[in-house]
Amino acid sequence: VAEGAGVIEPGEKEAQGWPCHSTAPCQEVVATWGLVSSPRQELLKWNGWGYNDSKFIFNKKGQAEFTGKRYRLGGMVLPTFKEWIEKTFGASLEHKTTSRASLNVNDVPPPIVNEEFLQDLRATKISYSQDAEDRVFRAHGHCLHEIFVLREGMFKRIPDIVVWPVCHEDVVKIVELACKHNLCIIPFGGGTSVSSALECPEEEKRMIISLDTSQMNRILWIDEKNLTACVEAGIVGQDLEKQLAESGFCTGHEPDSMEFSSLGGWVATRASGMKKNIYGNIEDLVIHIKMVTPRGIVEKNCQVPRMSTGPDIHHFIMGSEGTLGVVTEVTIKIRPVPEYQKYGSVVFPNFERGVACLREVAKQRCAPASIRLVDNAQFQFGHALKPQVASIFTSFLDGLKKFYITKFKGFDPNILCVATLLFEGDREKVLQHEKQVYDIATKFGGLAAGEDNGQRGYMLTFVIAYLRDLGLDYYVIGESFETSVPWDRVLDLCRNVKERIVRECKEKGVQFAPLSTCRVTQTYDAGACVYFYFAFNYRGISDPIHVYEQIERAAREEILANGGSLSHHHGVGKLRKRWMKESISDVGLGMLRSVKEYVDPNNIFGNKNLL
Amino acid sequence: MKCYTPVIYKGLSPCKPNAIKSAVLQSEQVQYVIKQLAKEMGESPDIIQEEAMEILDEMGHRMQLGAVRFFAFTLSKIFKQLFQRVCVNEEGMQRLQHAIQEHPVVLLPSHRSYVDFLMLSYLLYTYDLALPVIAAGIDFLGMKIVGELLRRAGAFFMRRSFGGNRLYWAVFAEYVKTMLRSGYAPIEFFLEGTRSRTAKTLTPKFGLLSIVMEPFFKREVFDTYLVPISISYERILEESLYAYELLGVPKPKESTSGLLKARRILSDNFGTIHIYVGQPVSLRTLASGRISRCPYNLVPRHLPQKPSEDIQEFVSDVAYKMELLQIENMVLSPWVLVAAVLLQNLPAMEFELLIEKTLWLKGLTQTFGGFIEWPDNLCAKKAVLSGLTLHSNIAGLVDGHVVLNDKGVEDGAVGEIVFRHALAVLMCATYRNQLLNVFVRPALVAVALQMAPSFRKEEVYSCFNFLRDVFSDEFIFFPGISLKDFEEGCFLLTKCDAIQTSQQEIYPTDKGSGTVSFLSAMFRPFVEGYQLIFRYLSKEMKEAFTEKQFIPAVRNFVFQLLEKGSTQCYEALSSDMQKNALSALVQLGAVKKKKTPNGFTYNVNQEAVGKILDMFDARIPVQKPVAARL
Repeated sequence: VAEGAGVIEPGEKEAQGWPCHSTAPCQEVVATWGLVSSPRQELLKWNGWGYNDSKFIFNKKGQAEFTGKRYRLGGMVLPTFKEWIEKTFGASLEHKTTSRASLNVNDVPPPIVNEEFLQDLRATKISYSQDAEDRVFRAHGHCLHEIFVLREGMFKRIPDIVVWPVCHEDVVKIVELACKHNLCIIPFGGGTSVSSALECPEEEKRMIISLDTSQMNRILWIDEKNLTACVEAGIVGQDLEKQLAESGFCTGHEPDSMEFSSLGGWVATRASGMKKNIYGNIEDLVIHIKMVTPRGIVEKNCQVPRMSTGPDIHHFIMGSEGTLGVVTEVTIKIRPVPEYQKYGSVVFPNFERGVACLREVAKQRCAPASIRLVDNAQFQFGHALKPQVASIFTSFLDGLKKFYITKFKGFDPNILCVATLLFEGDREKVLQHEKQVYDIATKFGGLAAGEDNGQRGYMLTFVIAYLRDLGLDYYVIGESFETSVPWDRVLDLCRNVKERIVRECKEKGVQFAPLSTCRVTQTYDAGACVYFYFAFNYRGISDPIHVYEQIERAAREEILANGGSLSHHHGVGKLRKRWMKESISDVGLGMLRSVKEYVDPNNIFGNKNLL
Repeated sequence: MKCYTPVIYKGLSPCKPNAIKSAVLQSEQVQYVIKQLAKEMGESPDIIQEEAMEILDEMGHRMQLGAVRFFAFTLSKIFKQLFQRVCVNEEGMQRLQHAIQEHPVVLLPSHRSYVDFLMLSYLLYTYDLALPVIAAGIDFLGMKIVGELLRRAGAFFMRRSFGGNRLYWAVFAEYVKTMLRSGYAPIEFFLEGTRSRTAKTLTPKFGLLSIVMEPFFKREVFDTYLVPISISYERILEESLYAYELLGVPKPKESTSGLLKARRILSDNFGTIHIYVGQPVSLRTLASGRISRCPYNLVPRHLPQKPSEDIQEFVSDVAYKMELLQIENMVLSPWVLVAAVLLQNLPAMEFELLIEKTLWLKGLTQTFGGFIEWPDNLCAKKAVLSGLTLHSNIAGLVDGHVVLNDKGVEDGAVGEIVFRHALAVLMCATYRNQLLNVFVRPALVAVALQMAPSFRKEEVYSCFNFLRDVFSDEFIFFPGISLKDFEEGCFLLTKCDAIQTSQQEIYPTDKGSGTVSFLSAMFRPFVEGYQLIFRYLSKEMKEAFTEKQFIPAVRNFVFQLLEKGSTQCYEALSSDMQKNALSALVQLGAVKKKKTPNGFTYNVNQEAVGKILDMFDARIPVQKPVAARL
C-alpha cells in the first residue's frame, strides 16, 4: 500500500482528554499546528485500512457501495462491481466470513514492565499508555497477515508501553532512558508499513516501547527565500500539504498512503511519491535530517543543496527503517502550489505498445507529474469501480466511446490497456506538455481516452486498500507489492511474475484463478517502477495465510530472477530480509551492520528490520 | 486435401520466415557482434552485415505449407513401402499438444537414422501439431532439390563446427532463440549431434541445448519445455552403411543421386517403428534452486556472455537427464534379445537353445526395466523366427542352427573373411547395443564382481567405479552419481536373485552365477576391446598423433591380431569404440589432448595407460579364444 507513517485527521470536535501533559512548544513555531488530534483508534479502523466511516459494503439490493463522505466515491453505488468480483474470484455474496467485532482484551499478552523506567518516565512528564488497545494498535502495519491476525487471532508479542513525545527533546529523553534501562524502542509513525516492519520480534524479552511520533506534528518554520520548511517528523502527509497550502506551498510528495503516513516514516523507508517526476522522491526532497540515536544526535551543520563531505550521512538514515534511531525534524523542499492540474488517459491496443510509449516519454524526459500504465486486468478492475451514471446522456456517451475504441479502432477489450496521466504547472505549459505527451502516445497507437478515466485510475489507488477489507469478508485475500526494473526487462518481468503467481496458485490448490495484475507506475531514465496486485479466493484452503505467503515469496523470487529489485519504495522490514544479502552483497550488508553496531551497540532500536 | 490447423503457442506473435530473418539481423545481439567485428577487423559494418545475411540465407528455413503437404504425401507413400507399422503413444501426443500451447517447446529425439526427423515431422503433421523447425547438418545442402525441399519443410541448417566463427555463432544462436521466443514453432534437434552408428546413445553435445535454454535463463520466456522423444526401429535403414563406416569404409556423401539409389531398399522390409513422445520436462522446474540469477542481471542481455560454471554444469546435467529419459522409453524388439544371445554363442547356435535363452533374457530385461515389444500371445519361436526373417541379411537358420550371415566371396583371402565376419558382427552388435544402456548398471556390477579380488563391498564398488569412468563415453551415466548407479545395479541384480548382499559383502548366488556370467559376457567385447586399444596406445604410440592417424593405425593393429587368430574381439575394429577409448583416456588423464592449428593432437602417457591396463589385466582373467568358442 504505502510507506511508514502517522495518522491524524483534523478532528472537528474539540480535544477530549488526549493524554498530553507537556504543552510547551520546544521551539519557536511559525506555522499553525492548531489541529488537535484525537486518539487515532477513534477515527481509524482497528482491524483494517483507513477511516472507520469509509468502507465498501453490499447494500440491501446487493449492489456495492462506498460509505462515508471523505472520498469522491463516497455514497455512490457501483453497479458492475458485484459481477466483477464474482467473475474474477469466483466469490459469492453468500459465503461470508466476518471479523471479530472488537478486540478481546483478554487475549492481549500482558505487558513486560520495568518499574524503574516507569518512574523515570513519569518524571519527564511525557505522556504514555499501557492500555491494551493502544498497544495492539501499534503492534502492526498493514500486511495481509497482520490484518488477518487482527481479525481472527492475536499477536504473540506487542509493545508494552506507548509513549507520545511532543518534541525533539522529549525523544532525546526517552532514548536516554531506554539506554539507561536497556529497553527496546520501536518508532511508530503512521502505521502504514507493508513490510512487517512494525511487528515486535517475538523473542524480545526487554520492555518494548512504542514511540509514537504523532504528537510531533508542527511545521517549525518556512523559509520562502530558499523554499524549504522545517517540519517535525510525526506530521502526516495530508496535514503537511494542507498546512503548507495555507501559505501557498506544497511538498508535492504524494505516496498512495499520504492520508496516513508520516514524514518520519517516509524518511525511514526511502519513500516515493506519485508526482516524483516533478518533485522527486524523498531523497531528492530532504535537505536536512535530525535523528536521535543511542549515540547521540546526528545531523549536518548546514542546510545546503549538496555537499561533498564523504558518503552522505542522510543515506544511512533514509531507509534505516527504525533500526538506528528516531527522526525528529526534517527540512524539506517546498514549491508554490501549482496553478493548474489536469488528468488525462490514453488507451493502447496492448501492454507492449503502452510500455514502449512510456519508455519513449522517459527517453524524451517529458513525463508528466504522474504517468502510469495499467494492464488489461487492472483496467477492467478500474472499470468495475465506475459509479452509476446519473444521466442517460452520459451512459450514451460511454457507449459511444466504447464502440469507437473497440469496433472502429479495433482494440480488443480483453487486451487493451490504459495509461493515466496527471499534469501540473501553469496552465499554458500544462496544455503544451499535454500535447507533447499525446503526440508521442499517438505514435505508439494510443488514443486519448478522457480525463475521467485518468482521474478514476488515481482514485483507485486510494480506495484499493479499503477493497481488501471487503475481500476479506468474502474469502478473498490480496496484497500489493512493487519493484523497480531496467526498461528492457519490464515486459518480461511483468509477464513472468503474473504467470508465476497464477502457476503457484494452481500448484498450491487455489481453486479459482487469482487476480494477478500489474501497472508500470513510475518512469525513470534507466527503468521503471512496477506495482503488482495479487488476490485470490481462498475457500477450501485450510491455511490461507501460509499459502498466500508462499506465493508472495515465489513472486518475489521471480522478480529477482527477472532482474528486478527487492523493493522500490515499500522497504525491506522483516518481510524481505532473507534477500538482503543477495541484493547488496555480503560486504554491503557488513557495511550496514557496522553502522548499526556503532550507532546502536545495545540494539535499543531492536525492531530487527533490514539486517 | 487434409485440413491442417495446428494448435499454436498462446504467446505467439505470428510472423513469416523472412520477418524472422530480418528480426535476427536487426537484433541487438547480432548487431553488437557485427559492430565488434567491424572494429576489430577494420572493415565496414555493412560488409559484415552482408556476410551475416548470407549466413542467414544459408541457414534459414522457409517453411511453406505446400512443401509440407508434398512431403507428407510422398513420405506417407515411402513409409508405407518401407515399414510395416508406426506405433505412437497417443497420450504423449496429447501432452505435447498441451505443451505447445503453454510454452515454447524443444523436441529432443534420439538419432538413429535420417528417417528420424522426416518421420517426426510427418507424425506431427498427421496429428495436427505445429511442425518443428529442425537443426540439421549443413551437408544436406549438398542434396540439391531435397535440401531445398527440406528447407521448405522447416529444416534449418547448421555447420557441423563453427566454434571459431563468432559471426556464425551469433547469427545462429539468435536465429534459434528468436524462433523460440516468438513461439514460432517447436525447435527440434538431436542431443547426440549425429546419428548413432552403433544404436547406442551417444554422449550429448551441449551447444544447441545451451542456446535453447538461454531465453529462459534470461527470463525472456517464462518456461521452456524439453520433450525427450525415443524413436526405435526394428530394423535400421542405414544398418549396413553404418557397419561399413565403422570399419573405415568412407561414408558416401549425401547426394540426391545417392538417395535415388537408395530406392533399392524400398523393396525391402524394415519392420516397425516405435515413437514414444516423453513427458514434457519444464526447464523452470529443473532449474529451480540451481541457477544463481546474478550473472544475467548485471550485464545487458544482448551481450554475448560465456556461461558460468554452474550454468555449464546444469546444461550438462539436463542433457544427460534427457538422454536417460530417451533410453528409458526406447522400445526393444525380440530380435534385440536374439542378437544379444547369438553374439555370445558364435559361430553357430542351436535354434531351440537360442529360443530358450531368448525367452530367459526377455524376463531379465523386463526385470531391469527394459520395454520389450512382445505381444502376449506370441510364442517365443514365432518371435525369434520373425526376427530372423526381418534380419535375414544378418543371420539365418542353417541345419537347425542359427549362424551369422557372413558369407561373401567363397574362399576369399584371410583378410576378406575377417572383414566379412566383422561386418556381420558389427551389424548384429548394433541390435544387442540397444540393450546395453538398460543393462549397464547391473552388468558393470557383475563385471566388477569378477574383477574384484574379493567380495567386499568397497572393492567391488571401486572396480565398478573404475569401469564407469573408463566407459563414460561408451554408455550414458548421469554425471557424478557413481554410488547411486552402483546401488541401482546391485538392487537390480538382487531383484533377479543373481547376487546377495550382506553388510560388508556382495556375492553371486549359486542360482545367479549364470546371470552374472551372461551379463559380463555381454560387456566383454568392450572390456576386451578397450584393453586391446589401450595396449596398442601404450606400446606403439610414442609420438604425438592426431585422431586421423590413430583410427587407421589401431584398426590395422586389431585387424592383424584377428587375422592371426590371437583375438576374437571383432568389435575392437569399430571406429566408434576406438574414439571412445581414446577420449576415456583423455578424461582419465592418461592421454594429453592439445589444440594445434591443425586440430587436436594426442600424447600418450605410457606409464599411466599401463597402470590402467594393469587394473584390467591383473584382476580379470582374459579369456582364451578357444574358451570363448565353446
